[in-house]
Amino acid sequence: MSDNNFEPTIIGFTCNWCSYRAADMAGTARMKYAPNVRLIRLMCSGRLDPTFVFKAFANGADAVLISGCHPGDCHYVDQNYKALRRFHLMKRVLSQMGIEPERIKLLWASAAEGAIFASEVSKFVDQVRELGPLNWNKQNGGIAAAEPAKEEVAA
Amino acid sequence: MSDKPKFAMYWAASCGGCEIAVLNIHEKILEVDANFDVVFWPVAMDAKYKDVEAMEDGSILLTLFNGGIRNDENEHIAKLLRQKSKILVAFGSCACEGCIPGLANFSPIHEILGTAFSTISTDNPDNLRPQTAFDMPEGQIRIPTLYPVLRTLDQVIDVDYYMPGCPPESHQIAAVIDLVIQVLQGKAELPPKGTTIGAGNSTVCDECERTRNMKTIKEFDRIQFSQTDPELCLLEQGIPCNGPATRSGCGAKCPSAGAQCIGCYGPAEGVEDYGARLISSFASVIDATDPEEIDLILDGLVDPAGQFYRFNLAGSMLRASKAAFKANGS
Repeated sequence: MSDNNFEPTIIGFTCNWCSYRAADMAGTARMKYAPNVRLIRLMCSGRLDPTFVFKAFANGADAVLISGCHPGDCHYVDQNYKALRRFHLMKRVLSQMGIEPERIKLLWASAAEGAIFASEVSKFVDQVRELGPLNWNKQNGGIAAAEPAKEEVAA
Repeated sequence: MSDKPKFAMYWAASCGGCEIAVLNIHEKILEVDANFDVVFWPVAMDAKYKDVEAMEDGSILLTLFNGGIRNDENEHIAKLLRQKSKILVAFGSCACEGCIPGLANFSPIHEILGTAFSTISTDNPDNLRPQTAFDMPEGQIRIPTLYPVLRTLDQVIDVDYYMPGCPPESHQIAAVIDLVIQVLQGKAELPPKGTTIGAGNSTVCDECERTRNMKTIKEFDRIQFSQTDPELCLLEQGIPCNGPATRSGCGAKCPSAGAQCIGCYGPAEGVEDYGARLISSFASVIDATDPEEIDLILDGLVDPAGQFYRFNLAGSMLRASKAAFKANGS
């Protein structure tokens, strides 16, 4: 299943105050990490509408990274807890919809944690590479099989 | 044949409830008859597909099409009616977004057939499956071929208007028929193509009369197991109510009768993915910050995808995506 040449496309949502700055720090400190994540900056992880995640998957992303400030450190008091709860519910729904829950990851990173951000992203990329490309028809309970119904009926 | 404008109604993968809702407009049905010539309506009158095929293109003024596209017969008639109709309305939840028949998209086709023909209560020792073609002495007979997934009407043909609801409320149907009659008399104009008609632009919560306070949920419960306060918002009481993301237009019938909204009017204006919007609103009101406690509370939602996509799995962002279609070969 795992293809060594496979480079996953990952959409990452970062918050303006912590995790985007962590990524920035990783960049300015010239830390090396996997280049597969395309970052989108939101003001807060609480701004993350699950629609964004679903849209990313629907348009061909192999995985989605959501990151924000550590619990208790949110710039907007407690919105990162909302992100946490949405993340837990999204994982459940995605697995029923035929997408492995391992394809989304929640990462807390403060503005000082560039190194943690970089290493966690690399770990996540490895994990997704192991899973392979998002393959809709191989999921259990996922979308119906590729073969036309006619063959099934005539069996 | 009279020179009245022509009216057609068809059912594809649906239950027939939409037809009943149309007849439920009571004496207004006489106005339909007075203003339209009903040329094709398999439930209500005898007509043959070849009669429709013989009609001139665009000769039917108004077609109400209910049901999703489950097999090749559905698709053929959808395309045929599109060709013959000036105004084609995706009528009811099945045509708009897949509805209950669309839930079969959770299962591959062999499982669906297995459930229908090989359960313990089915007398089918040889595990036979229906054949789409069979040779008889008189010639070959055919039944429609099932497709791997159910598709919504606008995934197959171009749709002019959407009319949501399972079924659409009769007073909304009556209002739409009134509008079309007024357009015929030159007293009104049709809304822009692609509009959702016969429904509101807001959410069910907006029409719901229950009292709403700050929502903090410690536990989700199924309505059949709980005693609810008739005055208080159901979601606040831990009943998974789909009102926050559902389009208004029904008059919040279910919440006012003591049942939760299940979302038959589909996504409210501006909602791109119905389930995602509900995930957002449900998760926001859970009163917990500890991951384990959150998981425990979420266990109360027994079937989240079924809860959030009961009516629009086939039309959902994930299942209607190009990637998903490419994978299932349709």
